[in-house]
Order: sequence, then structure tokens, then C-alpha cells
Amino acid sequence: MDILIAAILTIITAATPLLFAALGELVTEKSGVLNLGIEGMMIMGAIIGFFTVHQTDSAFIAIIASMIAGALTATIFAILVLKFHASQVPTGLALTIFGIGLSALIGQSMIGVAYEGIPKIAIPGLSSIPVIGDIFFNQDGLVYFSIFMVVATMWFLNKTRAGLILRAVGDSHDAAHAMGYSVIKIRFLATLFGGAMAGVGGAYLSLAYSPLWVEGMTAGRGWIALALVVFASWRVGRVLLGAYLFGGITILQLHAQALGIAVPSQIMSMLPYLATILVLVIISRDKSKIKLNSPASLGKAFHPSR
Amino acid sequence: MPQSSDYLIELKGICKAFPGVLANDDIDLKIKAGEVHALLGENGAGKSTLVKMIYGILKQDAGTIHFNGDLVDIKTPAIARELGVAMVFQHFSLFDSLTVVENISLGMDHSSDLATLADQITELSKRYGLPLDPHRHVYTLSVGERQRIEIIRCLLQEPKLLIMDEPTSVLTPQEVEKLFVTLKRLSEEGMAILYISHKLDEIKALCHNATILRLGKKVGTVSVADESTQSLAAMMMGEELKELKHPEAVELGDTRLEVKDLSLPADDPLGISLRNINLQVRGGEVVGIAGVAGNGQDELLRALNGEQRTLDSIDSIELEGKAVGKLNPNSRRVNFGLASVPEKRLGHGATPDMSLVDNAFLTAYQHLKLLKNGLIDYAKTRQFAEKIIADYGVKTPNSDVPAGSLSGGNLQKFIVGRELSQNPDILVIAQPTWGVDAGAAQTIRQAIRELAAKGAAVLVISQDLDELMEITDRIGAICGGVVSEFYPTSEMSIDKVGMLMAGVSLEEGVSDVA
Amino acid sequence: MLPRLIPRLEKRQTPSKAMIYLSPLLAIFLTLISSVVLFLIMNVSPLEALHAFFIKPISTIYGLTELAVKATPLVLIGVALSLGFRAGVWNIGAEGQLILGGIFGGATALFFYEKTGFYIIPLILIAGVVGGMLWAGIVAFLRTKFNANEILTSLMLSYVASLLLNLLIHGPLKDPDGFNFPESRLFSDSALLPILYDGTRLHIGAIIALLAVGLGWILLSRTLLGYQIKVTGDAPAAGEYAGFSHSKIIWITLLLSGGVAGLAGAIEVSGPIGQLLPTISPGYGFTAIIVAYVGRLHPVGVLFAGLLLALTYLGGETAQISLKLPIAVTGVFQGLLLFFLLASDVLIHYRIQFGKQGAIA
Repeated sequence: MDILIAAILTIITAATPLLFAALGELVTEKSGVLNLGIEGMMIMGAIIGFFTVHQTDSAFIAIIASMIAGALTATIFAILVLKFHASQVPTGLALTIFGIGLSALIGQSMIGVAYEGIPKIAIPGLSSIPVIGDIFFNQDGLVYFSIFMVVATMWFLNKTRAGLILRAVGDSHDAAHAMGYSVIKIRFLATLFGGAMAGVGGAYLSLAYSPLWVEGMTAGRGWIALALVVFASWRVGRVLLGAYLFGGITILQLHAQALGIAVPSQIMSMLPYLATILVLVIISRDKSKIKLNSPASLGKAFHPSR
Repeated sequence: MPQSSDYLIELKGICKAFPGVLANDDIDLKIKAGEVHALLGENGAGKSTLVKMIYGILKQDAGTIHFNGDLVDIKTPAIARELGVAMVFQHFSLFDSLTVVENISLGMDHSSDLATLADQITELSKRYGLPLDPHRHVYTLSVGERQRIEIIRCLLQEPKLLIMDEPTSVLTPQEVEKLFVTLKRLSEEGMAILYISHKLDEIKALCHNATILRLGKKVGTVSVADESTQSLAAMMMGEELKELKHPEAVELGDTRLEVKDLSLPADDPLGISLRNINLQVRGGEVVGIAGVAGNGQDELLRALNGEQRTLDSIDSIELEGKAVGKLNPNSRRVNFGLASVPEKRLGHGATPDMSLVDNAFLTAYQHLKLLKNGLIDYAKTRQFAEKIIADYGVKTPNSDVPAGSLSGGNLQKFIVGRELSQNPDILVIAQPTWGVDAGAAQTIRQAIRELAAKGAAVLVISQDLDELMEITDRIGAICGGVVSEFYPTSEMSIDKVGMLMAGVSLEEGVSDVA
Repeated sequence: MLPRLIPRLEKRQTPSKAMIYLSPLLAIFLTLISSVVLFLIMNVSPLEALHAFFIKPISTIYGLTELAVKATPLVLIGVALSLGFRAGVWNIGAEGQLILGGIFGGATALFFYEKTGFYIIPLILIAGVVGGMLWAGIVAFLRTKFNANEILTSLMLSYVASLLLNLLIHGPLKDPDGFNFPESRLFSDSALLPILYDGTRLHIGAIIALLAVGLGWILLSRTLLGYQIKVTGDAPAAGEYAGFSHSKIIWITLLLSGGVAGLAGAIEVSGPIGQLLPTISPGYGFTAIIVAYVGRLHPVGVLFAGLLLALTYLGGETAQISLKLPIAVTGVFQGLLLFFLLASDVLIHYRIQFGKQGAIA
């Protein structure tokens, strides 16, 4: 029983960074922007969060700083793509390369520095319920925040006028422009939101999941988050499901070793990447379904010339 | 202090330039309340540019706009709507993945909640005879239904001036009649309507006055009742058009293109499935397929050309009597002299970022032997590109500019020229003169007839009924992926083709013919 | 009306030919300016740092040969990726294909350990090509058969490839006399690429890279395949209309770029490295993406871009030794360069306009 609880707890911690990043990318993509730079924004969030917590000793300030860092990184992307009409795919790649490089540079002094991890917040009363108390009500603040963001994003996209406008821009930027909506501004904001979420996702890695700084510590999670959005067919609820599923696969390696299963660790480490490919294959097979669900303007350049 | 004015809207001296072209040059326009005013002109005359300034999408370089006597500065569409201007666009501003009510809500400046709005939509649709379910997703609707969304969206704003940009180009003749009933009713209720069109019959049927534009300049404003269609046409085109010379009747050859019971499920959720299509085109014959865009024309052309293989029933398409279902476009072109011109010019018939020379190579390299020792013979390819440009009057600085920098009509001339210059034995051509100026359109039509006279089989797919009536020998229509029977064009009227376009079969009258 | 002083972008009627060539130069210039700012922030003399980065590494013959050694894989992969990118096939997993080429080439070298023969080196190179093609072939298969996005699959396979190399180096390919260190035996001499210039590491791979530039150029500008690649990238529907199979182009470009990346991997292990290590590339596969872009997706441009990016690697190492600058500066440089290039490219299609709209022709 204890092993099971422990497993579920580690699944939650492994899933949370993916959940943040995928949620942000979902909103960005819903507005029609394909930002492949999640990995770069995440790792910037990771280093800035870790750096800030050492400067200020405040996890709260560090998390805010990581969101700002992610959003600022996303700003570079937004300016290039939305103002300078740069193509989205190479710009996203550049963002990843740049983010990994810059974070390594900033993180020079942070290598080998220890941090005890952000504190758990036990919800009085509920957390003492056996089994589910530990799982649901004795988590760190970011886990609660991630669940809150799932609900908030769902509400925003489906119930608010702003959410309707955002979806409309992603469906047809020309029609939205003709109606007088500012496509560029809406996409800019959606891209910044995606950056902030990726930033906090990265911070979760360096502040909670394994509280220390390692170069390139995001290890492809940004790309997995990107795949999660496809897996989720651009639906918020399914992003939650997908993130926890992948969280589960990620921690398999830890528990396989604990259970004494004799599979080389490298093969266990391959699992999340292989699972991502598998999931993509299964989801993408039905071309028409992908086409119906994905925002129709996704990745297309917008030229409001006439 | 507001001045009183007889006119609802008054435009004076409007000018608008785009890089390389003066789209509007000193245009005046006045419309009274309750008036249906036509804005008449050929493609490229500057009609759309002018109304976009009234609707706040573009800003004029010079000139003034008065609304109800007040000088106004219409910076954005929102300001236009505030004034009481509403617009139904030629290309709908709709979001396919959203519902009707969500779409309409997005176009409203003062949004009420979706439930109330849905009730209002239902009420309006009843009052004006525009049936529409507010909770359907747009991608499930027909083109006519989509236009109703736009109209209802406009009517919900209770506008004083309704602008309609070529509203009938996507409708069947019967749908057009229904639309006119609605528009006349609105006009009687006191709404001013600015009706953009180049179709003279419609203007005669609907409008009080007409302002005619040509090449960005105003030709004049006339009372429609005082003019004939001929005099309107003369003002619109500037010169009397030469009548198409009908070549002498040629002896029809063997069937060169035959489609037998072709069915093809759509591979795209927004596409149309083709169902049990049958047709034959003989050498020397021009056969027309009429239809409102989006009824399967593109799918049919792709199947005939081989872009979409029909592997399930390889003998459903035969060229020169041979089943070609398995062959790709290349083999069909090389072995059977098939050529095709798709409806979409940029990105389908031509590649936008590559030069005209490169685009000349696209379908001609085998027939004209433009490969030498495995390498592209650019000198020869350039000669061919320049021949097309000269023969078809393509306006371009040179043959090295990217295809995407040409205007739609010029690119159309280039693509049609590329295919016709290769003297195909079988030609499938969609919307041959779409967006092309009147003179060049006549050249293209003439060339199509001449090609048939040389013994080629030609299939023309078009939504321009006048054109089809003019150049085809037999005519049918496509509706929802189903192709009608074909009838000799000489025995058909616009009305009858309209019924075919709406999917109604002609049981009596011409049904006993061929 | 007052002229507006805020610059605006106005679309050019036709793209500017001059800007296609000027934009990379502008990007390099802007990268240098921002690197000065970066050095000032890091409290390093910009002059000294720039000297260490861009002058010192190539001020000796040996330095120049090292530049060629580093540029070899970048140019090779850059040329091959250009073809794919032109076709709109986003193979960004060249790093993984390089690693597979290294594994296959390295395994071949170890198989012929202590044997001699002229055939060994060609076999190593062919094995590398096969390894890279295999890895890229998976991507092509998943894309054409299941519509799976090649960006994600090729990238995921890069992570898998790197773990696979790690696994093998800890297992079957481990040096039996290596005290359990995770590395293979040193290849025997007959499995090492011939050196072109004694006393340096300059090997025949550099000639292969130059050959790739020439072949790539002809392929892209004069052959039907190159034409088909360009059409498919510019307008896939137009390609289908002309009868060029989209799947075929996806397969060809992926196999080509995978094969060449694999070749680069085999060249690396049998050239400058001489054995299999847990890491056989400092991210050449990723940097080659930048090389392809800075080189305008044109083989000749790629040659220059490859040399430039190789210099950032070399400069990074020199600056690390002489100025104690972190090696990560290289990555920042590379990222900045691509950013500025993408930003400068706007000038190909747009002109900066001060004042009011509309020039009347």
C-alpha cells in the first residue's frame, strides 16, 4: 500500500511540469501559434526559478520569476513570428537552442548548489484522511496550482468571450481580422501565457522534482509536452489525463529498479520517448480527426496586407 | 452642428493606392435611405477596395465620407458598425469550428449571452425567410446557409446601410431569387443597400441606381431603369466586346474521356464525397459542368487528373478507352495527353515562391523535353515561359518574378496558357476565366473552342453560367458530389441549369433529349 | 498630415534578391554587437573575448585545420538538411541519425579490430550511412504511414539514440581491457580515416563534405529531383498536381538527410575521435539546423555557414581555456545568430517604411 501511495506521489511530481507546459502550449496553439520552443522556455524557467530561490530564499518569488522568465523567452518568439513574420518552425527551434545555451551560462554558478525543495502544503483536516489525504491534500503549492490552472483554462476557453475570441483567431485569422479583432495582440498574449506556463513547469523541475540545477535538465520534456497537446486533441481535460499518463511512464524506471526488475536503466529511460512516438502514431493515424480538432490556422503566417 | 442631408452616406474624392496600383482614383458615391444602389465593375475595377474603406477595413489616402450629413472618420469596422454600416463579404468571415451562434456573437459589438442571441437568430430567420439552426457547427453547413449567417449577423445590428459584396456568386439561381425577396423587403423597410456585382441581370432586377467603376475610376452614376444591360455593359467594359466566333461544327470523334460510376469518399472531413458520376467527352466536344463552388468540383478534377487515385475501381475513369485509375498525373499526361487546370491557382496550379520559368516547367517538362541528360534545360524552359507570357498577354515585369507576385487574373492566364500551349488531347479545366479581365477571358474562351476544333476533348467546370452557355456543346451540373445528366447546351436555359445546380432533375421538357 | 516617424513594414512586390544575401551578414553583425553586450555583462573585455573567439582559433595552420575538422560534420549534415527543409520535411533529429551512424560505423570498426584491408574504411562509412538511414527511415515510415509529425518523432528518436549508444558502450561495445570505463577500444589504424596534412587531425572527411556541397548544389538547382523537392516544399498540392508523390519526397529527403548524418557520425568516430564514447557529438546535429538556415538552405551558403558555426565551437573552447568563459557561450551565440537571421529575413519580403503609406506607381 505504501509503495502504491509512493508511486502515485511520484507520478504526480513527474506529471506536473508536463501539465504546466502542455497547458500553456495548448492555449498558444488554440490561438493559431505553433511554438516549438517549449523546451527553451521551460529550461529558462528552471534556471531562473532556481537562481531566484537562492537569492531571495522565497519559493513564491522564485515561481513568479520563473513565469516571467518563461514569458520573456516567449516574447522573443512572439516578436520574431508576429512582428517580423518569421516562420514558426525554425523560430521555435532557435528558441530551444538559445534557451538551453543561455540557461547553461546563467547556471554556471549554480552547479552543485543544494536546495531542500518547495514545501508541502497540507490542507488541514483533509490531509489526515488515510491514503487519499496524502495523495490529494498534502502536496506542494504548485501541484494545487496546476490543477487550478486546468480548471481555469477550461473555463476561460469555453465559457468566456475572451476565450471564444482566442479560439476564433486560431480558427481563421483572416475572418477574425475582418471582424476587427487584433489577431497579433491576441496571439502575442496567448504566446506569453504559453511561455509563463512553460516557465513554471521548468521551475517545478528545479524546485520540486529534483531540487538542483543540471544543464539541460528538461531532457526533452518540452517536446513531450508538445506531443501531449496533439495527444489531447487540443482539449484541456485530456491534457490532464495525458500528463499523468506520461508522469506514470517517467517514474516506471525509478520503481522498476526498486522492485529489482533487471532491465538496463537506459532502456527504462527510453520509455517516455518511445511512448511519445507510440502515442503520436495512434493519435495521428486518423488524419481527418486531427484536421477537425486542430486549430485551422495553426502555424500559418498572418499577413494583414489588405 | 450636424448638417441635414438627403443622403444617408456621401463619399467625395476617395483615393486609395497600393504599391504599384491606384485602386481608387477620386471616387464619389451617394446613397439615400431605402435605396438599393449597385456598385458595378469588372474584377479589379476597385469595388472591393471602396467598400472596405466604408467599412473601416482600409483607410482612404484622400477624400471624405459623410454619414447622415456628418463628416466621419471610419478607422475600424467597429466604428462603421456603430454608425449603422453592416457588410456581407464575398469571402465569408466565418469560423468553421465554431457554432452559428458563436460566430454571430463574435461579430457583435454589444454581446448578449449566447442563449438570448440564439433566440434572436431564430426569430430573425423566421421573419426574413432565412432558415438557420443557431447551434450547428459552421463546417456542417452549405454555402447558402453560411451566407445566411452573415446576413443575419448584419441584420441583428439593425443597420442603416447594408453592403453586399458579390453575394450571388456562390448561390444557385433559385437561391438568388429568394435572396432578392429578402433584400427588397429590407429596402422597403427603409434600409439602404450597396450591392456590388458585375452581373447585369441582377442589377436590373434589384437596384434603383448604379455607380460604375472601371480601372479604379468612376465612369458615372445612372438610374438603372433608364439603362439597358447593353449600355451598362458598355460602361463597365469600356469597349464593345467582340462576339465569340463559334467555329464551324466539327465532326465529333471517339470518346476520349469517360467516367463510369465513379464514387470516391472524401479524404478530408470538410471535403465532398463523389457519388456515382457518369460522363463522356468525345473528341471535338466541349462539355460543361456547372455548380456552386464546393460541391465536389475540386474532388472531381483531382480524380480525373490522378492526384486522387481511384484504386477501388480502377476502370471508373477511362482515357482513350483505357482504365487509368491506378495512374498518377504524370503517366496520364504523358500517355494520354491529359492536361488540367485546377480551380485554385496559387498553391495548386502554380507554386507561389518559384519563378514563372520554374512554373512553366511544372507540367511541361516531359511533353516539351525540358530535361537534357537528366538536368533541367533552363534556356529552353525560359523560352517556353516567355512564349506563354507573350501569347496570353500575362502582365509581368519578366519571367523571373515569383508566381505569387502576379495578380490572380494574370496568373490564371499564365496557367491556362501553359496547359493550352501544350496542345493537350484531353483538357479538364476549372473556372477558366475566373478573375480575368474581359478581353483576356475572351482569348481563353476562344482558345478552348479552337482546341476542341482540333479534335481535343474538353471538360469545363465552372460556376459562371453565362460562360458555360457560351462555350459548351453539352452541359450538366454538379451538386453535393453528384453529377446530373448532360443536355445539349442549345436546348438549355439558365433556369434549367440552375435547377440542375440545385440537384433537381429535369424530368419533363428536355428529358427526352440525348 | 504629419509623416509618421515610427517605422512600419511594407510588403515588397517581389522579394529582394539583395537581401537574401545581405540578411545573413546583417545577422552576423547584430550577433557580434549583442555578444559585446553579453561580454560586458559578464565582466570580460569584449575585445579580448572577440579575439579569443574569432581570431585566435584560426590564426595558426593547425587552427585552420581544426576549423575544417569541426566544419566537416556541420557542412555535411547542413547540406542534407537543407534539401529536407526545402521540401518542408522537418527532420530535426539529425543528432540521433548521426549517433546511429557512429554506432554502426564504430561497431564495424571494432568488428575489424586488428585486421587490415583497404575495404575497412569504406565499409565503416557505408555502415554509418545505413545506420542513419535506418533511424531516419523510421521517421519516414511513421510520417507516411501514420501521419505522425516528423519533428516530434525524429527528436524523440534522438534521445533514444543517445541512450542506445550509452547502453552499448556500457555493454557489448565496452573495451574489454578498459577497467569498466564506458568507452570502446581505440580503433586500429586501418579503421582510421587517412590524414590529409601530417601533424593535424584534418582527414578525408573534409573532402567528402566538399563533395557533398557540389553534389547538393547540382541536385537542388539542376535536377528533376531537386525541382520536385522545391515544388513540394513551396506548394505540396501543386506537386501532387504535377504528379510528384509527396510520400516519395518525404522518404527520399529523410533517407538522404539521415544517411548523410549517419555518414557524418561514422566520420566522427573513425576520424577525430577514433573510438566510441558515451558522447560523440557536441550537438552537431542540432547546430546543423542553424547552419542550414544561415546558409539559406543552399549548399554553397551552407559551406560558409558551416565554417562560421564551426568557429563558434572552436572559439568557445579557446575562450574557455584562455578567459575561463563557460562553454555555454557557444550555444548562446548560435541561438542569437539564428534569431537575428530570422529577424533580418523580414527584409527579403518587406521594406522598412517611414512616413505614410502608399507609393503610387
